[in-house]
Amino acid sequence: MTHNLIHLLPEIFLLTAACIILLIDVFSKDLDRNLTYRLSQLALLATAVICMVQFPDVQYHLYDRHFILDPMAGIIKISVILLAMLALLFARPYILPRRILRGEYYLLHLFAVLGMMVMVSGGSLLTLYLGLELLSLSLYALVAMQRHAYQSAEAAVKYFVMGAIASGFLLYGMSLVYGVTQAIHLTDIAAYIADNEASLTLRFGLVFIVVAIAFKFGAVPFQMWVPDVYDGAPTSTTAFLSSAPKVAAFGLAVRIFGYGFIGTLIDWQGLLIILACLSMLVGNIVALAQDNIKRLLAYSAIAHIGYFLLGLLTGTAEGFAASFFYILAYAIMSLGGFGCLIYLGKGIEDVKNIEQLKGLGRKNPWGGLLISVLFLSMAGLPPFVGFWAKLEVFLAVLNSGFVWLAIFAAIMSIIGLFYYLKVVKVIFFDDPEKEQKIVAARGLRLGLGLTSLSVVALGLFPAKLLELCEQAFQYL
Amino acid sequence: MLEQLPVLSLLIWLPLLSGILVLLSPGDKMLVWSQRFGVVVSLAVLALSVWLLAAFDTTTAEFQFVERGDWIPSLNIGYELGVDGIALPLVVLTGLINLLVLFGSTHSVKFRQTQFVAAVLLLTGAMNGVFLAQDSILFYVFWEAMLIPMFLMIGIWGGPNRIYATIKFFLYTFFGSIFMLVALIYMGRETGDFSIQAMQDMPLSGTEQSWIFWAFLLAFAVKIPMVPVHTWLPDAHVEAPTGGSVILAAIMLKMGGYGFLRFSLPIAPDAAGAYANLIIVLSLIAIVYIGFVALAQKDMKKLIAYSSIAHMGFVTLGTFIILKLINMDAQSMAVQGAMVQMVSHGLVSGALFFCIGVLYDRLHTRNISDYGGVVNSMPVFATLLMLFIFANAGLPGTSGFVGEFFVIISSFQADWRIALFAGLTLVLGAAYSLWFYKRVIFGKAANDKIERLDDINIRERSVLIILALLVIALGVYPQFLINIMQPSIEQLIQLTNSSKLGG
Repeated sequence: MTHNLIHLLPEIFLLTAACIILLIDVFSKDLDRNLTYRLSQLALLATAVICMVQFPDVQYHLYDRHFILDPMAGIIKISVILLAMLALLFARPYILPRRILRGEYYLLHLFAVLGMMVMVSGGSLLTLYLGLELLSLSLYALVAMQRHAYQSAEAAVKYFVMGAIASGFLLYGMSLVYGVTQAIHLTDIAAYIADNEASLTLRFGLVFIVVAIAFKFGAVPFQMWVPDVYDGAPTSTTAFLSSAPKVAAFGLAVRIFGYGFIGTLIDWQGLLIILACLSMLVGNIVALAQDNIKRLLAYSAIAHIGYFLLGLLTGTAEGFAASFFYILAYAIMSLGGFGCLIYLGKGIEDVKNIEQLKGLGRKNPWGGLLISVLFLSMAGLPPFVGFWAKLEVFLAVLNSGFVWLAIFAAIMSIIGLFYYLKVVKVIFFDDPEKEQKIVAARGLRLGLGLTSLSVVALGLFPAKLLELCEQAFQYL
Repeated sequence: MLEQLPVLSLLIWLPLLSGILVLLSPGDKMLVWSQRFGVVVSLAVLALSVWLLAAFDTTTAEFQFVERGDWIPSLNIGYELGVDGIALPLVVLTGLINLLVLFGSTHSVKFRQTQFVAAVLLLTGAMNGVFLAQDSILFYVFWEAMLIPMFLMIGIWGGPNRIYATIKFFLYTFFGSIFMLVALIYMGRETGDFSIQAMQDMPLSGTEQSWIFWAFLLAFAVKIPMVPVHTWLPDAHVEAPTGGSVILAAIMLKMGGYGFLRFSLPIAPDAAGAYANLIIVLSLIAIVYIGFVALAQKDMKKLIAYSSIAHMGFVTLGTFIILKLINMDAQSMAVQGAMVQMVSHGLVSGALFFCIGVLYDRLHTRNISDYGGVVNSMPVFATLLMLFIFANAGLPGTSGFVGEFFVIISSFQADWRIALFAGLTLVLGAAYSLWFYKRVIFGKAANDKIERLDDINIRERSVLIILALLVIALGVYPQFLINIMQPSIEQLIQLTNSSKLGG
């Protein structure tokens, strides 16, 4: 059987490019690895362009149905690549003054992106798992990049152990599912579920898969690794970790829930409702008590995963679209938020405590404004993009008849507002402690400008992106 | 010429974009220019809204100057603007008050003045947006977006306890509005259209109406504010800078009243009928109990803040008493009273906060006991303040009288006991207003600082005189205002009287 490899072009291109860049990097004498950085960005850009040129209008099941190419995969791939490019933009000024291996850092980004691209196109449990592992291994290494800082090492070990357990859960769940359905293709699993009564073993397998996905997202009660990893990892890694992989993991979740297990909606919906409520509750309340801004953002990430799950748990195309919009908006805001922390750090000293932002609005009105916009957007205030994300998921849960969930989410967002306001308060209302000039690299300023601008622009004109999100899920 | 322009969009976007422009300008180096620019822009906004007043057709209840555009077609959320008799007076009030704030109170802000100008301009645009939006989500966007500049205004330029006050203000308001958002989404989903018109037309069952009514009640009761969710207001007022207090009292509180008239009554009329007793009792508590509380205040701003809550009690009373009335004339009189009360309170409380600002700028204290005998050194000021104090007490001939009188008269037809309690305000309002005036203005000069006070300068004088003229004009000839509102009020009453059950 011959296959036309043209549909795999973006992945093949990225893999080849990554290997070539790796070779070039080996022979590079430049300590800053400028060439590697530029080539990596270029490779990502070219991959994005290929994805755009190749954008599928219909759904293809390719290569013995192990690979799905559809609008959803296309959109997620493009957004993941763009987010990764922004993350690299933030990473460069962060790692340059620190003792972090340069070339490897950029290359691991490329492999992580490749993993994500494979993952969101997965048509069978195997492809999904392969993509996920490629992504996860790259991320473990990225977290551990600051070898000499013990916090970073601790975070990496934690992340690795937790992640490995989650992968084990996923594999175990998948093997149970395979045992019952005799199938690893999502379409076959869906067909089996449609024809047969879901057995206890199948449900058992499903629970393991849900747990694994909850681990990857960091939903409560599987959130323990999130604050430590977010806090311990180099800030630039945290920025990347909290944005693109979340979007890709959403793709994985839709493939599994939407394509494979849509027939047993009733089984996983309840689980996701519990995860969503707990995440909103714990994330928001624990975030109230945080003084460390990275940990605050980590708990806020947990809370956001709760809101995000609201759309996913409806199991409808509309709900998935809402969730996709949410996770995309969140990825932009989170990337921007951690980007701001990189921007505010001086030398090799990280911004840790909220107190360090005191009086930023006076010392550096632009920086203060950017962070405030991002935080108010995370709180879900109009006219920023976070508002539309919230509106979309509320609409989705109301459409599925869960009025109480919408009300619960509303109450939780009031609690959430408080800690975002606390940061804005420190920035604008407190007096600066000592004068300091912030000198930031051009790339960083460009990246921050882009994220904040898109937060505002998408807040004023969300129509196009909303439409795009809806188109992505027409082949459910 | 103006007919061809999208006037309503200009009313919103001219100040918003100018505000952003001022924000981007190179800081305090351009201070004088940014202040002038702010005054010019808000003058233009006022001119546009006055033109709107002149061109407004007072014979129809239809929305006028309507603008329709797509915003988010996939969700049926539109960019829809329009103005009717209920919104128009508030738009003009917004234009006027913001101009006066920019003209009269930026000099009492001592630092980061350009940003203050920007905040006022942004507020102007967002507040106009609230009154002009005909799409519920557009309304909500402006409603929430408005909080951000106000939050910053209180937090940056406020008094010593400003951070507590501004976070409380933000959280209270957000707490109310988020449930309104859920209700709006719920209805938008049912009708498939987010325009306010569609929500007013849709049939709703009794349970749905109660839920929606409560969601709206939380949002608007916090904003207006009603007892028992009023506690943010005294804090916010006390800590806010003069300009912030003026905007807060004169316009932001009116949004609660506007919301009741635009959303609660027409969208959930049956639930409104069912809960009218509750609201009426709460309004009476606001009028009587808060009246007593005002009497006990030692801080000038707190006193006026509590008197605002008491006056807003008349707005809610006038709005909800119509559900207890059968006679249409009485109903329309009650709503007229509520509306006139809103406009009048906007002028009077705005003026009173200006006056307190005048005193505070000179002596830097708001304690009533620190004052006394101000008339000796500031006779012109004392005269103008007297007028506003009378209006606050509801003296005939001032605007304060008309609204309260209308509401009391029409509540008499519902139940004499309601009118009796509401009528207590004539005593209480007079008591706290006049006693306040007596303590501050009359008597011997309390200390030599007061003896050396300068009377109000030309800038302060012009602001207060403009407000004084309007207070008298509205008191003597309220018919002008009522003519504008009448068709819209009649339509509102029809909507309120017709049940949505079963429909």
